[in-house]
Amino acid sequence: MNQKVFVKMKDICKSFGSVKANNLVNFEVNKGEVHALLGENGAGKSTLMNMLSGFYKPDSGSVFIRGKEIKFNSPKDAINEKIGMIHQHYKLVDVQTAKENIILGQKGNLFVNNKKLSKKIYDIANEYGLPINPDKKIYDMSIGEKQSVEILKVLYEGNDILIMDEPTAVLTPQETKKLFQIIKNMASKGCAIIIITHKLNEVMEVSDRVTILRKGKTITTVITKETTPELLTNLMVGKSVNLSIKRPEVIKSEEILKVENLFAKNKNGVKVLNNISFSLYGGEILGVAGVANSGQKEICESIAGLYPIESGKIIYENDDIVGKTPGEIINKGISMSFIPEDRLGMGLVASMDMIDNYLLKEFHNQKSIFLDRNPILKICNKMIEDLQIVTPGVNHPVKQLSGGNIQKVLIGREINTNPKILITAYAVRGLDIGSCHTIYDLINEQKGKGVAIMFIGEDLDILLQLCDKILVLSEGTVMGIVDARTTTKETIGHMMAGGLNSKEAY
Amino acid sequence: MIESFLYSVIISGTPLLFATLGEILTEKSGHLNLGVEGLMLLGAVGGFGIGFVTANPILAIFGGALVGMLGALIYAFLTVSLRANQVVSGLALTIFGTGISSYVGTIFVGKKMPEVIINFFKPFKIPLLNKIPFIGNILFNQDFFIYLSYISAISLGIYLYNTRFGLNLIAVGENPSAADSTGINVTLYKYVHIAIGGALCGLGGAYLSIVEVPQWQDNITAGRGWIAIALVIFASWNPYKAMYAAYIFGGLNIIGFRMQNLNFSQNLLDMLPYIVTIIVLVGSSIKKSKNNAPPKGLSVPYFREER
Repeated sequence: MNQKVFVKMKDICKSFGSVKANNLVNFEVNKGEVHALLGENGAGKSTLMNMLSGFYKPDSGSVFIRGKEIKFNSPKDAINEKIGMIHQHYKLVDVQTAKENIILGQKGNLFVNNKKLSKKIYDIANEYGLPINPDKKIYDMSIGEKQSVEILKVLYEGNDILIMDEPTAVLTPQETKKLFQIIKNMASKGCAIIIITHKLNEVMEVSDRVTILRKGKTITTVITKETTPELLTNLMVGKSVNLSIKRPEVIKSEEILKVENLFAKNKNGVKVLNNISFSLYGGEILGVAGVANSGQKEICESIAGLYPIESGKIIYENDDIVGKTPGEIINKGISMSFIPEDRLGMGLVASMDMIDNYLLKEFHNQKSIFLDRNPILKICNKMIEDLQIVTPGVNHPVKQLSGGNIQKVLIGREINTNPKILITAYAVRGLDIGSCHTIYDLINEQKGKGVAIMFIGEDLDILLQLCDKILVLSEGTVMGIVDARTTTKETIGHMMAGGLNSKEAY
Repeated sequence: MIESFLYSVIISGTPLLFATLGEILTEKSGHLNLGVEGLMLLGAVGGFGIGFVTANPILAIFGGALVGMLGALIYAFLTVSLRANQVVSGLALTIFGTGISSYVGTIFVGKKMPEVIINFFKPFKIPLLNKIPFIGNILFNQDFFIYLSYISAISLGIYLYNTRFGLNLIAVGENPSAADSTGINVTLYKYVHIAIGGALCGLGGAYLSIVEVPQWQDNITAGRGWIAIALVIFASWNPYKAMYAAYIFGGLNIIGFRMQNLNFSQNLLDMLPYIVTIIVLVGSSIKKSKNNAPPKGLSVPYFREER
């Protein structure tokens, strides 16, 4: 049985309520191939793959694995077909060790032979160059380590069809590079690998073929070598899109906020901010680069008054705001929108609708003891129009919106309060190109109004194109502030890894 | 004096131990069953009834466990299959169990266990182990039912921490979606463990009516089911720790009785177990560690296709 076509999905349909997530989708993957599944948010990529992993049941259509038609009723059927999926939100049990997570659901003796198991895990890990400590608990692991565990889980079961849902969304550039190496390695050993993504550079770098989905339909499948990012974007969005990001020149530039020698420790007494000093200028975007958890979140929260500061000053309008409550700081016109990894954790209440979420920040300003929703209704409707938010209505719970629309609601609310300082963290996390550009435009518009903006980002290419200056963090220390117009990606990468760039720092 | 007090502590802690173990198993599968009190009462009346009618001690034990299990299966059907609210379902189960036990119990009021059964549950010494100084006589000169509780606690500990099934169960309770993705049958795991948990709660009640009292009284558990729920937190979901937790509270239960002649306020002494429960709950919510935390999926219904 040397089937070349490993996976064939034919005329797949799947609806959630009234939403057609997949409509007659066709998809094919060969042995030894890295196949990218490309599409905007809500194009139906994850839905399609969740059907291949047995999580969702298709409404109609058929799936052939290695030439045989298979009916999927539960994830178990997918496991039997040697299909492994690494979900966007990792499916790991936090309180268990890597080893325990790997053997979950496996058959075997009642009692686990720990020595033999560890050896087998090490063997697989070494074969693919995955760093792992089998006895480490998941809650002690970094995102990269967790992903290694997920990959090992799939490999341990001997799967040869591997699905990865946005594997690079939370990785640093270095980790991404390593992951691609592993993926290519696996493909050369005869696995079929499907990568769900909306990042074009990754598609170009790692895949052999690309299938493009748009609004639940298959558009086409192309060979990566024979295409260009521009072409792919046009296929994905359905119209031609200008990929470059605008960066208006700085008009006026006066210092609005000054952070001086900030120190802070976390709950466990570990230093998270180490002598941070920088300034925010009106009409200027200060980008913040750094690997995950280098102190970005702590800086944001310190300025917003949410994080206990050990020493240091944050000067705003000749006043030290350290020690002021979040409410007082908001009233002074400092606005923060932090998009956490799960997008909803901070800033919005998932089960409330848009109006009530807006009210959360607005109700202090209402004089009556009863809430007046009418003015907010108007603001929200205007926001939907201005930002092209796709929602059934202002009374719809925000958690049911797609990720991009949730982010637009969050940033839109912050902007509507006419802040003097806007802090955004990971504003475009997980967004497709179209939505990213809407958000860049929003930020640039604020810049034009003279707002001081702090833009914390993950993607260096975007930081370099959008920001005026970039502050580079490494383990809670400012490695330097560089001019985004003249610096290079390599310089920043070097500083992120802890190399001090004293020449360019100012 | 001390020895005879500690001897009674084991007896008084045994119903609590069974119920705590049952609730630990249930909560480990991600289900908060507040119906422990009801399940204990069901087990108490079931065990007493079958013991009274058949005069067979082994059938009496099985009867208590079986009736508890049936009660838990109602809860499992509501919360696993229908994804009903666990708190409400559990409270309903307590009300249901209390009512049924009162109703069925009316025919047993004032009745005693048959002599055969009382004799069967006479304490007997375990060879060698009872020779251990001091604790030998306290722990290993007890009745058959109490030995059963030791075996339950230890085998539950081994099951949870050393076997594949235990590992899978922890995954189901922590992150059902992750467990599902590895091919574990989440629904089956939940049903089985809720049912066994209910059987253990039933045994706790049965011990009261068959051995400890051994005569039928209305509302024989007198709130022990609620204390057991608190003990689960106190024992941080660990079957081994459940043993000492149950015995501490067993001691508090009888200390009032023992101190009657010391001229100490009886009402205050009766309050003791409940006051300590509150203190313990406050204490254990202050110290937070990831290893002692409740299962993450506790009281969250699982639906595979939820987005």
